[in-house]
Amino acid sequence: MNVGIVSYGAYIPRYRIRVEEIAKVWGANANSIIDGLMVFEKSVPDLDEDTITIAVEAARYAINRANINPEKIGAVYTGSESHPYAVKPSSTVIAEAIGATPDLTVADFEFACKAGTAAIQTCMGMVETGMIELGMAIGSDVSQGAPGDALEYTAAAGGVAYIIGKKDQVANIESTYSYTTDTPDFWRREGMPYPEHGGRFTGEPGYFKHVSSAAEGLMKRMGTKPSDYNYAIFHQPNGKFPTRVAKMLGFTSEQIKPGLVVPRLGNTYSGSCMMGLAATLDIAKAGDRIFMTSFGSGAGSDAFSFTVTDRIDEIRNGAPGVETLLANPVYINYATYARHKGKIKL
Amino acid sequence: MSVPRFWRRLKNLYNLIGTHCEKCGGFFYPPRNMCPKCRRNGIINPFKFKGAGVVVTYTIVHTAAKDYSKLTPYILAIIKLDEGPSLTSQVICDHSQIHIGMRVKSAFRKLGEESDKGMIYYGTKFVPMEEKA
Repeated sequence: MNVGIVSYGAYIPRYRIRVEEIAKVWGANANSIIDGLMVFEKSVPDLDEDTITIAVEAARYAINRANINPEKIGAVYTGSESHPYAVKPSSTVIAEAIGATPDLTVADFEFACKAGTAAIQTCMGMVETGMIELGMAIGSDVSQGAPGDALEYTAAAGGVAYIIGKKDQVANIESTYSYTTDTPDFWRREGMPYPEHGGRFTGEPGYFKHVSSAAEGLMKRMGTKPSDYNYAIFHQPNGKFPTRVAKMLGFTSEQIKPGLVVPRLGNTYSGSCMMGLAATLDIAKAGDRIFMTSFGSGAGSDAFSFTVTDRIDEIRNGAPGVETLLANPVYINYATYARHKGKIKL
Repeated sequence: MSVPRFWRRLKNLYNLIGTHCEKCGGFFYPPRNMCPKCRRNGIINPFKFKGAGVVVTYTIVHTAAKDYSKLTPYILAIIKLDEGPSLTSQVICDHSQIHIGMRVKSAFRKLGEESDKGMIYYGTKFVPMEEKA
């Protein structure tokens, strides 16, 4: 396909809470949780940060990284399951804040953790058909986990923005394929503050079935195999799932290593595997091939195949890399975390 | 802040858009419609500030008005932008870090909200220059 990533930007709030700190509050065994989830800590938004502010920072980094003229962006689609407004698009605020208004179309996407990759696919179609020159696809979340629930150990905050276009690609999108079914593994009803999930049901019939079906489906259609790729990224609700699915599909631990950011970040939901892709692009070389598969509960997976171009070296240092964003965190205790997440009602 | 008042200032708050007098070279934030120096001879145009500046002075607010009570204690500073004008804004950093002369850059944050069901006001605050925005 003659469409690809023209630029990208990521943003991670500076606060972190360690798994031990959460486990201490609920009388849980922290080592058992860390071993089970392969997550050590997760990011926490500041008091005045939400999905929109995180998305704007990521979007501005994407624009600055490749010196993009925001007026050329013809579409902004923001994927999230924590849009601040139930009705009033996050993307309108984001488009205004990056200077892309008014000559563009925007909308918000929701598909649990894969709304951001669905936004990439939408931008690909619009760019490929010539409807727009550049499209911005964002995955951003300040995800929620009920106090004491297993999700509380991983539900994190972060966002990633990709600018999709034809000219000046840093990574060509060779192909994409999606696999979707009605699988009620995770949901949040209108007006409810925290999601519900099917416990272990989210694993086999949810994550593993959809990720492996989409990944195998794309490789079959393209005639590629895991060894054709230098790197791979799979949705990261924890460290264990992507590691296991990679092995099931025939990818090595070396291939997924650069993009496996979840142990130090947590699950950024709509930003999750897009963050892994950003971390991989941060170290990729021209000619490298990257395989990525997202997963959104509900359920569906989007698989992508990328080839990195030599332009990556020109823009790489135009914005902070994921490693820089992960560095020097400020650790907080559970009380401060509860305040930051609005868990204390005044 | 009322919805119409916020909406009128939205572009200024999001992207630090002020004005610039082409005749005398003066920069203004918040924007001025008339140059105070050149008066009717001034040539005023919109100007987007880069968002870099220096802390002129600051205070730490422990007892705030109702809309900001959940943020206390927070740093409120006067920041002189590199282009010239000064403005008042929160600086987001560790309280032991803030000092007069500190280099800062703009960041996109929530400025406040009416209530749980009211409007959310977004805009510009500042973070230390060496930190990620």
